[in-house]
Amino acid sequence: MSEVPPPPHRRRAHTSTRDLERYAGLFAERTTVMRSSAMRDLMAITARPEVISLAGGLPDTSTFPPKSFAAQMTRIAQESAAEALQYGPTEGFEETKDCIVEVMGAEGMLVDPHDVIVTTGGQQAIDLICKTLVDPGDVVICEAPTYPGAVPVFCSYQAEVIQVECDQDGMLVDELELLLERLRGEGRRPKFVYSVPSFQNPAGVTMSLPRRRRLVELARLHELLVIEDNPYGLLRYGGEPLPPLYQLDGGDFVVYVGTFSKILSPGIRLGWAVAPPPVMEKIVLGKQAADLCTSTLTQYFVREYFAEGRWRQYVADLVELYRERRDTMLAALAEHFPAAATWTEPQGGLFIWATLPEYIDTGDLLAKALRADVAFVPGQAAYIDERGRNSMRLNFSGVTESEIREGVRRIGAVISEQVELYRALTGEEAAPARAADPDGADVLPFRKAGGGSA
Amino acid sequence: MKVAVLKGGRSLERGVSLRSGARVEDALERLGHRVVALDVGADLVKRLEAEAPDVAFVAMHGIGGEDGTAQELLEVLGIPFTGPGAAACARCMDKSQAKHAIREAGLPTPDWFAFSQTAFRELGAADALGRLEGALGFPLVVKPSRGGSSLGVKFAAAAGEVPQALVAAFSYDDRVVLERFVGGRELAVSVLGDEALPIVEAIPERGDSYDFEARYEIGRTRFVCPAELDEAQRAEVAEVALATYRALGCSGFARVDLILGADGPRVLEANAIPGLTDTSLLPQAAEAAGMSFERLVERILELALEPAVA
Repeated sequence: MSEVPPPPHRRRAHTSTRDLERYAGLFAERTTVMRSSAMRDLMAITARPEVISLAGGLPDTSTFPPKSFAAQMTRIAQESAAEALQYGPTEGFEETKDCIVEVMGAEGMLVDPHDVIVTTGGQQAIDLICKTLVDPGDVVICEAPTYPGAVPVFCSYQAEVIQVECDQDGMLVDELELLLERLRGEGRRPKFVYSVPSFQNPAGVTMSLPRRRRLVELARLHELLVIEDNPYGLLRYGGEPLPPLYQLDGGDFVVYVGTFSKILSPGIRLGWAVAPPPVMEKIVLGKQAADLCTSTLTQYFVREYFAEGRWRQYVADLVELYRERRDTMLAALAEHFPAAATWTEPQGGLFIWATLPEYIDTGDLLAKALRADVAFVPGQAAYIDERGRNSMRLNFSGVTESEIREGVRRIGAVISEQVELYRALTGEEAAPARAADPDGADVLPFRKAGGGSA
Repeated sequence: MKVAVLKGGRSLERGVSLRSGARVEDALERLGHRVVALDVGADLVKRLEAEAPDVAFVAMHGIGGEDGTAQELLEVLGIPFTGPGAAACARCMDKSQAKHAIREAGLPTPDWFAFSQTAFRELGAADALGRLEGALGFPLVVKPSRGGSSLGVKFAAAAGEVPQALVAAFSYDDRVVLERFVGGRELAVSVLGDEALPIVEAIPERGDSYDFEARYEIGRTRFVCPAELDEAQRAEVAEVALATYRALGCSGFARVDLILGADGPRVLEANAIPGLTDTSLLPQAAEAAGMSFERLVERILELALEPAVA
């Protein structure tokens, strides 16, 4: 065998400070929204192999059968190589949309395929919706805490983001109502309310049915859109399924965002949006400008995979696996976290949200945790402002049960050390993060004392 | 020449170190050297023995690389290396030790007290907090004794904020420094060989002087080099920085951070291995002195290979 030499590549000359200044003069205003680089560096260390990372948000793709993967890709190569390697329509293939209609149908939603656009992951759907709706300075409302990955999207379109707090039953819709009234009084009309109503990322909470109904009513009343981001809806481990906002509203004021990432694979980068026709028209134009179309090859893969008819069984398998991991994490938290900590008990999804006493900053705690080779996401990433500094997001889907037990044990140990230290410093017994309420109906610990909704 | 570039490691400043290292490797290649890049781990000694470089360029920051650990090993292996020696690195890394050395040399540094976690856990040091707060006044600054990039550094505006600031600082190190806050202009003096480079001033953009993280965010802090100082001020600041460098036993290079207040300069700390990324202060200072990054790297290598001064 002859050896192919690696291709020559160029190594760029150094940028000097003056170069940086020269480029800086060209940067758009929206690029100035940046997070602390020191904290970014901390997160970079979580990738070390010896670190048990509960910081990820990864589904466990090791459960997907390689044989099935190989068979589908082979069939595509043998039967439709030329088409699968070609461009496709901007809004996506009809066959992909049929799969999407089937997935949404599994949660009780009836969808017109014409209202659907296939996107490069759910993330692109959020981006395209912002591109379509948000001018600089426009108000966008989301939950507190919110999906950390949505924050940079809102910021890059220079939205003014207002967060409404949550409790065990999701966004406090009464507070949303007050906020909407206040904004109306100021003559400002928010463009949309972004929500992850089921098994929220990061808090793991689920919006109750009455609140879902009220949210949809408010959207109609104020003629604003609700962006329903529902990546985890089918990953329910307990309790009764609740109707998605899209179903309650019928699709007039709810724009729906879905994804194959958590029920099949995030690597195929396949998501979708469902919107009323006038909005969809603009989203399609935006998509055309962004990337012409979503990968044809992965759309063919999904088509083949759905034709096989096993997708529901695979989701059922994932539900079994993740339920055990969630239960393992809840048990480990009860065993290893100090009494002063509280956490959510999600009925589905990938995340548990833990809240520590106010005096512990989880950004600093992460540094200590990393010395014990364990990582989590500091809560601050889920807030626009300074809230959430005593919270953390823990993932249970992408790690084994033994890693969950050991990871939670290590985090519990570093928290306990800080709690004891604080006690030694102040002589005080640490106040619990919230007053215990047997009904579990109180406001969740991620409400900071004295913190308002906006 | 065969140059091993030591970077990365397990420190919290791994990210910065990898960027510093990559930039140095690139410059060394342009200068015609043979470069061996080493992301520092458990196989460091084996790899250094196998590669037998003529010199090691230490581009590590934080604990493990900037605190004398790597330097001690290089001394054992007999490989010349850039920057200060093991003892000086250990002294610079630990703010409490460094401040003792600075004060003993008769140089100005803000008043401080240093405590270990053990003091609070086992010796009831909390009962002494009131006294030392009285001695330092408010606001005061709480820092991990060993740490970098402003991680874990907090202001406490009143006594009630001190315990929380201590909990944060103790996340990074088992020893913390409580320091009197000195207001003034923030200056950084990079020293190369035995020469002070042009002074850099850090100016917070939006009155963020209580927010240490702002210093590391592009757009939130403006850096001016050379700093606008009159000749007498410049000379005094440079002299204090050079004296600090000598008092700590530094060689090769280092960066001394000071506050220029109403009572003249006060030394905050010295960094034995300052950052070498494209936004770092040492390369900025070198550039202001008319040195390209390649020339800076070459000069640092020359200093590493100079016969040691007894």
